[in-house]
Amino acid sequence: MTPRFAPGVRLQEDRARGRWIVMAPERMFVPDETALEVLRLVDGARDEAAIVDALAARFDAPREVIAADVRALLEDLVARGALMG
Amino acid sequence: MSLDPPLALLAELTHRCPLRCPYCSNPLALARASEELSTEEWARVFREAAALGCLQVHLSGGEPTARRDIVEITAAAHAAGLYTNLITAGVLLDAALLQRLVAAGLDHVQLSVQDATEEGAERIGGLKGAQPRKARAAALVRAAGLPLTLNAVVHRQNLHHLPELIALALDWGAARLEVAHVQYYGWALRNRAALLPTRAQLDAATRCVEAARAAHRGRLVIDYVVPDYHARRPKACMGGWGRRFLAVSPSGKVLPCHAAESLAGMEFPNIRETSLAAAWAESPAFTAFRGTGWMREPCRGCARAELDWGGCRCQAFALTGEAASTDPACALSPHHHLLAEALEAAGTEAFVWREHGAAT
Repeated sequence: MTPRFAPGVRLQEDRARGRWIVMAPERMFVPDETALEVLRLVDGARDEAAIVDALAARFDAPREVIAADVRALLEDLVARGALMG
Repeated sequence: MSLDPPLALLAELTHRCPLRCPYCSNPLALARASEELSTEEWARVFREAAALGCLQVHLSGGEPTARRDIVEITAAAHAAGLYTNLITAGVLLDAALLQRLVAAGLDHVQLSVQDATEEGAERIGGLKGAQPRKARAAALVRAAGLPLTLNAVVHRQNLHHLPELIALALDWGAARLEVAHVQYYGWALRNRAALLPTRAQLDAATRCVEAARAAHRGRLVIDYVVPDYHARRPKACMGGWGRRFLAVSPSGKVLPCHAAESLAGMEFPNIRETSLAAAWAESPAFTAFRGTGWMREPCRGCARAELDWGGCRCQAFALTGEAASTDPACALSPHHHLLAEALEAAGTEAFVWREHGAAT
């Protein structure tokens, strides 16, 4: 899949609290560090494999572990309406 | 304890509305147009809210598009950096207005629906021809590429249409549906006997929502607000008084929740006389029930005190006459029986529709 943010959803800095949040219609999610790394790579152009590649190049973890994390995260955010695949 | 900044602002731009829903969340004493804040006053509120830490603004009412300056107000909220959400009945929206709102930076539209059928929607909302206009508004919102939430307020007289309301959300292209059981303050409390659902209705609705969530996973997100008259523990109203949320009324009163004006005797700071930051941090209205220090038995020392924050102050006041009482929705409240008695007495049909000057 090539994930992109659903309409009305965006990653935004929350300056008052020194963090990043996913702003969505009448909701907001606070991504953990791993989720934030993935969400920064969601641009509607990179597909899932490219996101995993980008993370594998930066983090010292087996590619299959990263791939499983990315899969779980994307599925969760699609189910919550934040991302579209 | 450090004071967290609010996350969201409810901007009640006006109490004027072409609909007359008998569960309207506006106070019984509705503000007149002549009392309403100006465009520039709202712009100041938005700048102060964003500086304070608010991230979202809900542009609501009454009907927010009844304001002739709704585009300028939306632009001011967007310029302040707030995520802008328009909460509308949709009957005044046309293509030209929506285009101007999108250009002003509108992020999302929440459209209300009173029933799944035209006749039901007309009767409950008190406006003839409302439903086709809402369908058109939904289509305009989707055509403009904006995300759409449908907000279905449910109660005794429309719960049998819940499956059709869910179908309507899918048909109108909503990505999100709020199934919100009526909460009983103000107008809804006045109409309680006609609105309170039976236990069987509530259970059927809950099963229906759970099945629809599974069936439409990834396509439609359903948020479900349950009624607390059948509960044994109260809701964490507003996530706790003065903890996450603030509202500004059409005439500029700064409120810890939109129903707070029902607390007779409480004085609220006004944006015409103070800053939002000062109102949030130190006004007596906001500090009165913040945290747990104000609590009495059985809330005081309760393991759930910081989970439900004692429930709802407005409900406590409405049912017991004292805002500092434990919310009667809690089974530990000595007033819990009042809810069962209200359920026993429910089952009437006639509504008192909301209107200006009806409050006595």
